[in-house]
Amino acid sequence: MKRFISMAMAVLMALSLVGCGGSDSGAGSSSAASGAASGESGSIKIGLLANTSDANANYGNAVKNGIMLYIDEVNAAGGVNGKQIEVVAYDDKGDATEAVTAFSRLVDDGVTAVIGGVLTGTTLAVADETYAIGMPQITASATAPGVTLLDPEDESAGIRDNVFRACFIDPFQGEKMAEYASEKMGATTAAVIFETGNDYSEGLKNAFVEKCAELGITVTNEEAYATGDVDFKAQMTNIANSNPDVVFCPNYYEDDGTIITQARQVGYEGTFLGGDGWSGVADYASAEDLEGTVYCSAYAGDEEFEAAYEAAYGEAVPNMFAPLGYDAAMLMVNAISAAEEQGLEAGTEEYMDAVIAAMAATDGLEGVTGTYKFDEFNNPIKSAAMMQLQNGEEVFTEMF
Amino acid sequence: MNQTKGKTIPMPVRYLINTVLIALLVFGSTAYVNGGGVSGYVTKVLMVIGINIILAVSLNVATGYLGQLPLGHAGFMAVGAYTGGIFLKAVNAAEASGAQYLLMVAAALLLSGLVAAVFGIVIGIPALRLRGDYLAIITLGFGEIIRVVLTNIDEVLGFKLTYGASGLKRIPKITSYGNVLVCVVLTCLVIHLVMKSRHGRAILAIRENEIAAESCGVRTTYYKVMAFTLSAFFAGVAGCLYAGYLGSLQPTTFGFMKSIEILVMVVLGGMGSMLGSILSAITLTALPEVLRAFEDYRMVAYSLVLVLVMIFKPTGLMGQYDFSMSRILERVWGFFDRSKRKEG
Amino acid sequence: MAFFSTLFSQIINGLQSGSIYALVALGYSMVYGIIMLLNFAHGDIIMVGAYVVWLSMTSFGLHPFVSILLAVVVSTLLGVVIEKVAYAPLRSSPRLSLLITAIGISFLLENGFQLIFGAGAKVVPTLISGPTFKIGGANISTPALVTLGVTVVIMIALTLLVQKTRLGRAMRAVSEDMGAAQLMGVNINTTISFTFALGSALAAVASALYLSSYAQASPTMGSMLGLKAFVAAVLGGIGSLPGAMLGGFVIGLAEALVSAAGLSVWKDGVVFAILIVVLLVRPSGLLGKPMKEKV
Repeated sequence: MKRFISMAMAVLMALSLVGCGGSDSGAGSSSAASGAASGESGSIKIGLLANTSDANANYGNAVKNGIMLYIDEVNAAGGVNGKQIEVVAYDDKGDATEAVTAFSRLVDDGVTAVIGGVLTGTTLAVADETYAIGMPQITASATAPGVTLLDPEDESAGIRDNVFRACFIDPFQGEKMAEYASEKMGATTAAVIFETGNDYSEGLKNAFVEKCAELGITVTNEEAYATGDVDFKAQMTNIANSNPDVVFCPNYYEDDGTIITQARQVGYEGTFLGGDGWSGVADYASAEDLEGTVYCSAYAGDEEFEAAYEAAYGEAVPNMFAPLGYDAAMLMVNAISAAEEQGLEAGTEEYMDAVIAAMAATDGLEGVTGTYKFDEFNNPIKSAAMMQLQNGEEVFTEMF
Repeated sequence: MNQTKGKTIPMPVRYLINTVLIALLVFGSTAYVNGGGVSGYVTKVLMVIGINIILAVSLNVATGYLGQLPLGHAGFMAVGAYTGGIFLKAVNAAEASGAQYLLMVAAALLLSGLVAAVFGIVIGIPALRLRGDYLAIITLGFGEIIRVVLTNIDEVLGFKLTYGASGLKRIPKITSYGNVLVCVVLTCLVIHLVMKSRHGRAILAIRENEIAAESCGVRTTYYKVMAFTLSAFFAGVAGCLYAGYLGSLQPTTFGFMKSIEILVMVVLGGMGSMLGSILSAITLTALPEVLRAFEDYRMVAYSLVLVLVMIFKPTGLMGQYDFSMSRILERVWGFFDRSKRKEG
Repeated sequence: MAFFSTLFSQIINGLQSGSIYALVALGYSMVYGIIMLLNFAHGDIIMVGAYVVWLSMTSFGLHPFVSILLAVVVSTLLGVVIEKVAYAPLRSSPRLSLLITAIGISFLLENGFQLIFGAGAKVVPTLISGPTFKIGGANISTPALVTLGVTVVIMIALTLLVQKTRLGRAMRAVSEDMGAAQLMGVNINTTISFTFALGSALAAVASALYLSSYAQASPTMGSMLGLKAFVAAVLGGIGSLPGAMLGGFVIGLAEALVSAAGLSVWKDGVVFAILIVVLLVRPSGLLGKPMKEKV
């Protein structure tokens, strides 16, 4: 019993030491930041949150590159209202905790708006924070309805009016593909294979299955797999056995490539349908296996953008996340310039409100992934581009 | 120690000094933080540090003091986080205030700890029959199962509870610097008290030599389960604080990697040293924030450090050393005493 | 009839993934048998092997067979180097330290490769191609047949190696009693290095077989695969070679059948549940020798 309190003391000492050390540096950086935000250097600070070092970094880096491409173009052209846009970028490591700390650091740095996150989990955590302080936020890629809806179970609970997105929401794509299967392909039976533990995959699947019931398509199999699985042969064997007209596979391209290869191995010959996650699949399965697959995409290809991207980063556009990042940055900068025109001061509440209002009022802004206008839930109203795999190429066929 | 020359401070005075200092620190630093002394960002980092300290210190009970290697600590954290999250949502803590709010927060923390502890007992009784590596494997298995279950079950008996893979959302954010600090202090205090008691000595005896301890009449299974449960309890409390900090939970957070992250904190600090766990929890949480410029190399550096520490200083940075304020005071006292005598 | 052909297909699926688990599990089991270490880094050797195959095929345009051979050589060397650098200095320290070092090495490999090659999956060109055979309504692909065949051949070879050769005898002696083996003139260091080399070579072969069906290499591909192979090793009785093979096939089959029943998302849960039940009922595994605690 001797030293118990002294032990606890040690805890406190240690905590307070860090507290003091941290507060010094924190105070230093925030004072510097407020200097910048008040326009001494004539710049507008915005924050960028993306996962650039975790297992999903290929999405995060693409979004970040897309965003930076647009910002660099704007800055090279003289900036907004004569002010350069300064991007403070932090890695959220795909982790919600990290995202929240990184976001509060952005606030300390004096940003006036934030672009991010990339994954649904991090975006949701950050959306809670931005909503609390009314800071404009746009995500390039988080597709779950709950990002803008306060309660995804109940639309009447209201929305986070400060949060926008540049991408489709999950249910939209699922419904589109069910309609496509019914109207364009005359399908009467369908199977789905989706990833549990993934909002995107489950969201698309649920919408597809519901729409199928409405359209009179029989869903023969609903096969699931867990995150990180690479062996889908058991599920595909089940599907091959009931041999449906189409298989809806709402997953990302790496899994899609493996799934379709194994489906062919176990003898399924039908057509695959997918969501925008298929973009980039051509490198992940053979041309014969992929032939005829149809997916909907926000991005139908844009030569000018692709050339600019390749010039800036020395690689081809890796997936649709890069153009979505580009458009997200464009929407944000467009809204910021509206606030600038009103002569407001960056970082103030009125400024943020003006940015949010301008964003919500966006109408007819041309991006590389389509023309933007937001609906009452802050989701973009765009039509989907149908892409088909032909001889190992992803070819744009029609708007649907 | 030079017991004959140096004066020891009498017990009641020690308690008094320490209690006063703790109280000063808790109230002082909370007032400083809440009064806007530090920025929102630093406060957030401090809260995460506090939560990590509780996790590390609690795992240290099972790893450092009991000498076992559970690899499923994140599982207990998950149980606590979901329990706390569901409870806070159910009682609608966001709209409560005053004493009612405090009561709800306290109840949530306690409940989370208790449910995690129940899981600790349920898992501990069969797991602790096995030794060494097998215990590591079986706890790893349980940790993974907890994660898989949370991912795939979104409702229990028709009630939407855990929301499966898409995660539990809109949990009232009850976690503040003040309550994290209080939890850290209480955790350390309780663990310290237990370890200094008869029970604690029994636990240490099991670590040193299980067979010898058994032959001396120590009920090994009882004490192993007890230490394990204690460890699970505080992991649950940390989970609840985590839920209240973040406001939304996803099952993927609580995977094997999280367990390893906590283990690294304990190992680096020195297994069996509470101070070590605390210091390394602080360092490993704060350092990446300071070194954001190098974040690409962070994980590589982590793993490299882990290997190097094991090769060159397997006992960890602090070994089994624990800090004592009184001991330092006594030394200072003794020093003055001697110099006075010299003068005189 | 359809039911039986599906069942048959699923069993083939299970045997195919089971073969890969079994090959990896052998590495875990041999190493554990000799230095009582759960070599967490073993799964990541597979990942390294996969990257070698990918690199040599896409960047240097080598023949698949040469690439696989190269992967085996690199993995073997890596296994031996890891043992010499990270595990050998700790041979006399507590087992806990050794285990933690292994976890550290595993993380180092995963994060190092992610840093170098990026987080995205790399597509490996086709290694084994061939027609899909139809037997009684069930489909069997060429990669599946090759995987099964190679695994059986390797297992026979390994059994002969361990039972009939000098080094095999040394391995068995060291795992029985390291001190006594040393006194009898067995070179401990060589034997341990040889064990690591053998285990890593098997992992590289497993990696090639893995790539023939799931043609992607990513930094974290080895962690879950390794974890499950490890479960297979424990299930069969860690330290026992026939046990590791049996365990691998049991895990593979269990996964395939669980998925076939439409419960694929519970696959991981089922694998670990099997592990727990086995450990509680028969802690030494299906074919392992019960170990007595010495005072």
